[in-house]
Amino acid sequence: MKPRLVLACLTTTDVVARARAAFDAVVAEGPGDMTVAEVTQAATDHQAEAILFTNTLPLSAAAIAGLPASVRVGATCSVGYDHIDVPAARACGIVVTNTPGVLDECTADHAMMLLLTAARRGMAYDRIMRQGWRYRIGQGDLLGVRVTGKRVGILGMGRIGRAFAQRARGFDMKVLYHARTRLPPELEQGAEYFADFHAMLPHCDFLSVHAPGGPATDKMIDARAFSLMPDGAVLVNVARGSLVDEDALLDALTSGKLFAAGLDVFRDEPDYDLRFAALDNVVLSPHVGSASKETRDAMGFRALDNIAAVLAGRPAIDPLWRD
Amino acid sequence: MPKPILFVTRRLPASIEALAVQDYDARLTPSDVAIDDLIARAEGADAILCCPGDVLDAKAIAALPASVKVIGTFSVGYDHVDVAAAKARGIKVCNTPDVLSVATAECAMLLIMGAARRAGEGERLVRSGKWQGWAPTQLLGTQVSDRRLGIFGMGRIGREIARMARGFNMEIHYRDMARLPVELEHGAIFHDNDDSFLPLCQVLSLNAPGSEGTRHWLNADRIAKLPPGAVVVNAARGTLVDDDALIAALRSGQIAAAGLDVYNNEPHLNPDYLTLENVMLLPHLGSATTETRDAMGRIVLSGIGAILAGQTPTNLVA
Repeated sequence: MKPRLVLACLTTTDVVARARAAFDAVVAEGPGDMTVAEVTQAATDHQAEAILFTNTLPLSAAAIAGLPASVRVGATCSVGYDHIDVPAARACGIVVTNTPGVLDECTADHAMMLLLTAARRGMAYDRIMRQGWRYRIGQGDLLGVRVTGKRVGILGMGRIGRAFAQRARGFDMKVLYHARTRLPPELEQGAEYFADFHAMLPHCDFLSVHAPGGPATDKMIDARAFSLMPDGAVLVNVARGSLVDEDALLDALTSGKLFAAGLDVFRDEPDYDLRFAALDNVVLSPHVGSASKETRDAMGFRALDNIAAVLAGRPAIDPLWRD
Repeated sequence: MPKPILFVTRRLPASIEALAVQDYDARLTPSDVAIDDLIARAEGADAILCCPGDVLDAKAIAALPASVKVIGTFSVGYDHVDVAAAKARGIKVCNTPDVLSVATAECAMLLIMGAARRAGEGERLVRSGKWQGWAPTQLLGTQVSDRRLGIFGMGRIGREIARMARGFNMEIHYRDMARLPVELEHGAIFHDNDDSFLPLCQVLSLNAPGSEGTRHWLNADRIAKLPPGAVVVNAARGTLVDDDALIAALRSGQIAAAGLDVYNNEPHLNPDYLTLENVMLLPHLGSATTETRDAMGRIVLSGIGAILAGQTPTNLVA
């Protein structure tokens, strides 16, 4: 008999096919991902042993307490897990896993795309074209900012931060970083470590965010942080919207303190602050840092592999904690 | 001694106009379009600083006042200046070589990434306020890292793109008339024919000069040889592309996405491009960074100054 699974989020056809082949699966049919109530109902009716979900499912202590006792493993199809109350899950004895490692390159690519497009005004130019481009642009008008040879500060130097640093080096950028602990030299690859985030900011022509969300980093990039950056700096965020004080960011973008920003994540998704949509100097994308077919498949397969391991009595591949 | 008279035919970045005023008795022009009385305004000038769009053909050069000794152009290309006619009149010509390579390569990389990752569609969705949240196949793009990049034309700009692409672990192939010396290749793989080159190009970047030999190089036959779902970028010259063939391939999906900074018949590009979601379009601003335009202004002014002082600058065209 196949193990019983609730596939609570919409995913690629290949991931759904593999879930159905390997599991007795109840699959979300849309139009959206399952809510907590729907997951609880489906897991109870199905006596599910596993739940595969993503960051659209807020697994609070109450939500976890409401799950049936049959559930032994929950796999989030994401690297971030700020939507999960980890101590509550741990207390319940449920194993929770994520999908690190498989989306680093894709997400780092997206961050560099946003950095280039924000610095070189790519989207503002594309709008000019789509409106017909019927005027001459002066030699001194609508100029962007050069990327090559500049300094980029990276907040959070995990796998994605390091993959981003590798791309920045292709543009001869000087890489600075802040993280809770300094990396060993073989992972630093010459990047300069700042133990104090605020001490790094005056040196950041560009700042790219790759730190986890959650209370510890909430609004870490605030009005004070922007005031410490050089005039005309560029912010890129493909990590979590919660790291940024969006009022302060809007101020910095309209005052000219920041030249531009590239944002893939927002405090409220998808109902993000529409004041950003009125600005010409932001590049916006709908949380698609990992949105390549290859990567989305790899994330789903990895989550299924984690579930299969736990239900077969083996250790999880990517547990959020180790006992 | 009075400062030499410099006639500037077009509005330039403020920093460059300030430099011109400092070193010359400068006649500035607050215009973004080519003026129609260039000859008259050049009366008495020692030097002219012109831009692409100013027509300095044999007839115009013959009509220039005798005072003019130098023509500097705020561009790399000088196809708008009849160099032979200038030479015959003893007028020297200088331009702005080299300083655009990095900015143009950045622009090509931005187009590669933006087209592959469907940046335009994502932007329009988010800005419309109609973003409903995550969906399984929503805006799934093509991953760039670890893919094969083909560069058609491996000059300075092509080599800069190769250097940037190595940061994405891309495998670099290039097609050119001759193989580069190995120290400039940095592992890039040379192809002396289209049939070995095109089928490898998951991403194709056009970086060859515009000329009769390369006119409409990217045509239906060559597009058919690309792997299905390829990404194509042109930040070189619009004439390299057969627009009808590219538009058909973008519609059929043979080419997944394209990024274009240059067009046939600018600024009157083929309007069909504007109907496509899977293109990223820029208004020929490959060199448009403050740093690059500043460097262009400095090098052309320094060339003009050297020529007037009787020296031979490195950016002398003829």
